[in-house]
Amino acid sequence: MLNQFLKSSFVSITTVLAFTALIWYAAAVYLNSAVLIDKYERHKVEWDFSKLVDDAWSMDRPIMPAPHQIFFDLKKSIFGYKINSKRSLVYHGWVTISSTMVGFAMGGVLGILLAVGIVHVPTLNKSVLPWIIASQTIPILAIAPMIIVVLGAIGVTGLLPKAIISAYLCFFPIAIGMVKGLRSPEPMHLDLMKTYNATKSQVFRKLRWPASTPFLFASFKVSIAISLVGAIVGELPAGARAGLGARLLTGSYYGQTVQIWSALFVASFVAGSLVLLMTVLERKVQKRMGVQA
Amino acid sequence: MLFALLPLLGSAIVLFRKGATEQMLGKIVITILILCGSMASLNSVHSAESGTLSWGIWLYVLTLTGLLWAVMGFWSKVDTRLNIKIGIAINLLVPFLFGGMLLYFWEMITVGFGVPQVLLPPPSMIGVAFGNSLETLWADFQQTFMKAVLAGFFMGCGSGFVVAVLVDKVPFLQRGLLPLGNLASALPIVGVAPIMVMWFGFDWQSKAAVVIMMTFFPMLVNTLTGLKATERMELDLMHSYAANYWQMLFKVRLPNALPFIFNALKINSTLALIGAIVAEFFGTPIVGMGFRISTEIGRMNVDVVWASIAVAALSGSLFYALLALLERQFTGWHPSFRVG
Repeated sequence: MLNQFLKSSFVSITTVLAFTALIWYAAAVYLNSAVLIDKYERHKVEWDFSKLVDDAWSMDRPIMPAPHQIFFDLKKSIFGYKINSKRSLVYHGWVTISSTMVGFAMGGVLGILLAVGIVHVPTLNKSVLPWIIASQTIPILAIAPMIIVVLGAIGVTGLLPKAIISAYLCFFPIAIGMVKGLRSPEPMHLDLMKTYNATKSQVFRKLRWPASTPFLFASFKVSIAISLVGAIVGELPAGARAGLGARLLTGSYYGQTVQIWSALFVASFVAGSLVLLMTVLERKVQKRMGVQA
Repeated sequence: MLFALLPLLGSAIVLFRKGATEQMLGKIVITILILCGSMASLNSVHSAESGTLSWGIWLYVLTLTGLLWAVMGFWSKVDTRLNIKIGIAINLLVPFLFGGMLLYFWEMITVGFGVPQVLLPPPSMIGVAFGNSLETLWADFQQTFMKAVLAGFFMGCGSGFVVAVLVDKVPFLQRGLLPLGNLASALPIVGVAPIMVMWFGFDWQSKAAVVIMMTFFPMLVNTLTGLKATERMELDLMHSYAANYWQMLFKVRLPNALPFIFNALKINSTLALIGAIVAEFFGTPIVGMGFRISTEIGRMNVDVVWASIAVAALSGSLFYALLALLERQFTGWHPSFRVG
């Protein structure tokens, strides 16, 4: 019984997490100590190790904040302010999530349309598919600030430019996954459809599309995560006043390390929940389609 | 003017001699004729004042598009399995035609409609800017790619690999780290860039640190999955040979994991470049691709920005291609490379 409990992944994960927290606290002391000791000596303050540790974990602008500092900052900036206040992380998180979702929807539609075209038109298959693959070796995020500025120059600001960056990032996994998925029906099934005298659109609706759903959701999970990255990087260029990316940038300008870390935590939390959302959706759809879990 | 009429000749050949596109020679001749037409229209769009072009030339461009599409169509219908060398050439030709077509439209539309340079400079102007600022671009490339990306890439992938092999030996860590590693791969790790810049300063070390963090988890997760990819049967066989752990690792499990490892390397090649460039937005010495992009945008030198992006794209693609080539070299035995 005990042996089985020890072997469960819950215990393993908790142990790893606890260990990480331990290292973190130690690292906070180690990294902050240089600044602190320097300060003590300048102000000629008596100090011993326990005072050093206490101060290292409660610095105002630490080099490495301790986990509980981040926790309190998170608590303050999530529950401490009104939701529509500029200081509330819920507000900034919402700005980022909305452009993530819009970009994801745009990228999804584009990716699926491209995949349908590639599967059905041989010329597209030969000419476009290599470029889709090549487009991903281009560090597109490098163009992010440029797209924001250029679109801002013609009067498109706010949510749309960020969504375009997200869309560019996430159309690729979807297009590639869907091409694979739409081609996944076996020749046998295609032959059967042929004996039914099914038209191309019938084959698509009744065979190819249902067969591609597992691939679709696998790519959805990957692309919603990178869609979030796209939205955050899209908020980096000066001019974006709201969003998690803007929090990161202002944090780094004013040396507010705790603010950076809390923004990072919220971003990670959002990423995790978005992927989870996709997983839940996948289960629901699979259940409707009669897949035995 | 004479060149502009050549596509007409080409389409006439197709119309009156239907068999012409069946033969290789016919295909080549028609392709060349139609390309001449594109050249001619590019020439005329450059010589005319912008905004004075009549609708005739756009009609011409439209027809040319249809013809180019047809050309790509008959090229992609060729059975590329008959002759390997010609097959490869054709498989390269069609995407190049398509890419050329996009560039052609870009040039035609930006020049023909007089699109402001700030918005979107034509490719020819980007080319000129590229030629003019070769020295700065080279310095940026050295700073960002040679120092930050390569150092970070090797350290990140190397440590990810080593940790994966270690974790693989301890089942407890495996259960604890794999889910967390999977989670970490989905996290927006680029966000640590400002922190790293604060810790390691403005020079390339901080960028390399970001790259290490970004490349570590994909490598860890992929290697772990790869090490599990060996089948029971193969392990049993090695067991019956009385192979020890290391022999099993080097002779069976690592070779079996290679496709996964190369997959991670390819993913990481793009991630590394992105990490380094984005980290430069948070502070850098006055050199580097990310720095160039963000400052030249501020000075509205959009053509230099695009030249910089071209460098990034080119180095990214070449890096990826090199890894793909290595992958072919080392995992040529894998079923995914079998010619169907």
